[in-house]
Amino acid sequence: MRRRARTPVVGRSVPRREGLEKVTGAARYIDDLSFPGMLHGLTVRSTVPAGEIQSIRFDFDPSGFTIVDHTDIPGRNVVAAIVDDQPCLAERTVRHVAEPIVLLAHESRERLAAAKVHIDYSPGTPVFDPAASKETLKAITIEKGDVGRGFDAADVIVEGEYRVGHQEHVYIEPNGVIAVPSGSGVTVYGSLQCPYFVHKALKTLLGLPGDKVRVVQTETGGGFGGKEEYPSIIAGHASLLALKSGRPVKLVYDRSEDMLATTKRHPGVIRHRSGVTRDGRLTALAIDVLLDGGAYTTLSPVVLSRALIHACGPYRCDNVRVTGRVVMTNTPPNGAFRGFGAPQTQFAMEVQMERIAETLGLDPVRVREVNALRAGDTTATGQRIGRDASALRVLGEAVRRTDFRRRRKALAGTNRGLGLALFLHGAGFTGSGEVRLASKASLELTGRGARIRVANTEIGQGARTTLAQIVADTLGMPIDAIEVSQPDTARVPDSGPTVASRTCMVVGGILEQCAREMKRQLAGMTPREYLRRHGPLVVTRQYEPPPGISFDEETYRGDAYATFAWACDVAEVGFDPVTYEVRPVKMTAVQEFGRPINPVLAAGQIEGGTAQGLGYALLEEVVMLDGRMANAQLTNYLVPTTRDTPPIDVVMVENRYRHGPFGAKGVGELPFDGAAPAIVNAIRHLGIDIRDLPATPERIMEAIDRGGRGIRRKA
Amino acid sequence: MRFNLNGKTVDVRAHPMARLLDVLREECGLTGTKEGCGEGECGACTVLVNGEAVNACLVPFGQVRGASIVTIEGLRGRHPLQRAFVTEGGSQCGFCTPGTIMAAAALPKHATLDEVRTGLAGNLCRCTGYSAIYRAIAKAQLAQGGGTTTTNRKRNTRRQGTIR
Repeated sequence: MRRRARTPVVGRSVPRREGLEKVTGAARYIDDLSFPGMLHGLTVRSTVPAGEIQSIRFDFDPSGFTIVDHTDIPGRNVVAAIVDDQPCLAERTVRHVAEPIVLLAHESRERLAAAKVHIDYSPGTPVFDPAASKETLKAITIEKGDVGRGFDAADVIVEGEYRVGHQEHVYIEPNGVIAVPSGSGVTVYGSLQCPYFVHKALKTLLGLPGDKVRVVQTETGGGFGGKEEYPSIIAGHASLLALKSGRPVKLVYDRSEDMLATTKRHPGVIRHRSGVTRDGRLTALAIDVLLDGGAYTTLSPVVLSRALIHACGPYRCDNVRVTGRVVMTNTPPNGAFRGFGAPQTQFAMEVQMERIAETLGLDPVRVREVNALRAGDTTATGQRIGRDASALRVLGEAVRRTDFRRRRKALAGTNRGLGLALFLHGAGFTGSGEVRLASKASLELTGRGARIRVANTEIGQGARTTLAQIVADTLGMPIDAIEVSQPDTARVPDSGPTVASRTCMVVGGILEQCAREMKRQLAGMTPREYLRRHGPLVVTRQYEPPPGISFDEETYRGDAYATFAWACDVAEVGFDPVTYEVRPVKMTAVQEFGRPINPVLAAGQIEGGTAQGLGYALLEEVVMLDGRMANAQLTNYLVPTTRDTPPIDVVMVENRYRHGPFGAKGVGELPFDGAAPAIVNAIRHLGIDIRDLPATPERIMEAIDRGGRGIRRKA
Repeated sequence: MRFNLNGKTVDVRAHPMARLLDVLREECGLTGTKEGCGEGECGACTVLVNGEAVNACLVPFGQVRGASIVTIEGLRGRHPLQRAFVTEGGSQCGFCTPGTIMAAAALPKHATLDEVRTGLAGNLCRCTGYSAIYRAIAKAQLAQGGGTTTTNRKRNTRRQGTIR
């Protein structure tokens, strides 16, 4: 049989598989779909941040309406997550503005919009300041060595407090689902990242067995974590309406409802106390983190966990104490957002390092060089860093590429600033999370090649394409021979959620195992020959951790992640002394994530993540008034436009990871973590003492009013 | 009410104050044009009306009587921008893509990078950071015999290398 030489596709920028559909308008997102007899849904939400519901009055002609409240819930009235404290629909107690209370459905959107529902509350006393909250959702401590002794050994002690605010995802496609009743069960189609999270939540809410609930992901217009856990709520609401009415129900939020009611990045206050020797070496790190979880627990314990593990950044220190709490406030619950706690604490660490350099009169590059983790060093949890440590490499490359030292000297005293940030991101779930997930992936032999069956979703990051590349090269087949199944819980196993920068590294790795086994079984036959001779073939494999990884979740000691990705960002900014605006002029992003499976897609993650970080740094401010987002519109919640985003110079440093498919690590979140501190450190180079995000013109004006332009050297 | 839609004269019945966006998506069945905000900020609903890029969520249907409207479907997959967006990574989640392509299609062939940035300032993209969009536009300009020294420069079209 003739064999043609085949060019490997891993490492090449194979065009995005669904690219043609996306550029022609043929791709079908949830609001593009319709079902016969479909109703539209609407969520009636609380207008008070805390209180008890006294009465609900419907002030409209009920004909044609389906009305659902908590009494219609067949199963348990909870949004099943880590701690089942969040109701799907409020019963009596309301704990945040925009909490869902009643659901309506009708054929006509006009009748829905006109339907008045009057709710009387006896108001409670809301808590908005996390520092005043008496309800801790989770507390964690990480300790290493002896901080007391570490401080004694210090020449200088530097203290600082750093604050970061909410951030809203602004995926361009808002949340939306369609629930279709089928028999005694329901099928939910939706814009989502994790079909099995929704599946699990619906089983509990509706009291249905797994085979009566089906969840199908439709083409999704961005997620960034905002469609990780939130869809369990909107899917639950649509399902309740669908089951009660017996008809399909479409529930799609408009932008303002999405911004008001759905999850956001956790705001935080991070306090640092660092002991350093005169030549810049860290002798002690004491860090305290306070995160605002909002009204219910949702994923806050895991966000806190990642925040604390990343709190020391990519640095070594023998004496560390990191304490953290995430607390309840009467605001809409906060949740997953690219970085998941690591951006908040690494922002603080990087500005603290900058202040250490300023205080000691040291070069900011030198301070980082002295303290960067090297192979053989241990992290705060005692994880030994191995060959895959690239802190010094990315730092060196970024400094070289931007001519950092010389340019910084040349810009001193001008209205241009240059700053850097060194950072890392652990790929995959923390600790034994991946083992507990026990992800399964399947590969099915087809007449042409193979079909990938996983629950991981294409949300713009290119998963559909990169997973196909991994399988194509492992099987030795052309990429066009590899299909990717739509993530449909009726057809794909639970390969875990599309989060935590795990899809390519972890799930791609499982698929690589499937493909190896399939190739072995094919034993040189073509797929058609095999199917004719042996019948169908589906290979399923479960996640196996790399050898020698162990983490103790009681003591928070051990290997927090199978591997880390490393990066260094350099930001050059321009300052307008009349308007106090800071504009990024150029960003350089040097990133090591193993190796790119698809360079164009990987660069897309780096450019996109960096741009989102610029928004976090300078533009994106959620204004909360009495527990309600006051600027829930794109007119006044500003995300970076073309005019706000500078050229981004992307450098991908290769350091193949032994246990990743073709050497790949995760890259989805890493790029976000360092953009904001690089920008703020560039602002500090201008002599402006900024320690909070976002660094809006107002905050910059206040900093200059307080301290002038010229940062005094004091601890 | 009669108007020209993607090269064909059509007669569509809808309320004069209905949003053009809804008429296109529902009465005309063309779902390529998207709603991202409904307030004219994100540009996901960009279509061409008499050659001009507008936000369809802000245009009352009555205003397009006799006008010539082009939506993403009207490019029929044959516009150089469409292929370039695929190969250069200009489209990730794809939701802003139809609007961004329509806005880009309205730009002059010789638009400089700065003019492209200004011309697309009304199209929000949360995925790409815009760089790949500029690369796609530069590539399409070349294919159309347009482009300038600014957009043709290798710096904008070359893929960043990987350091081993």
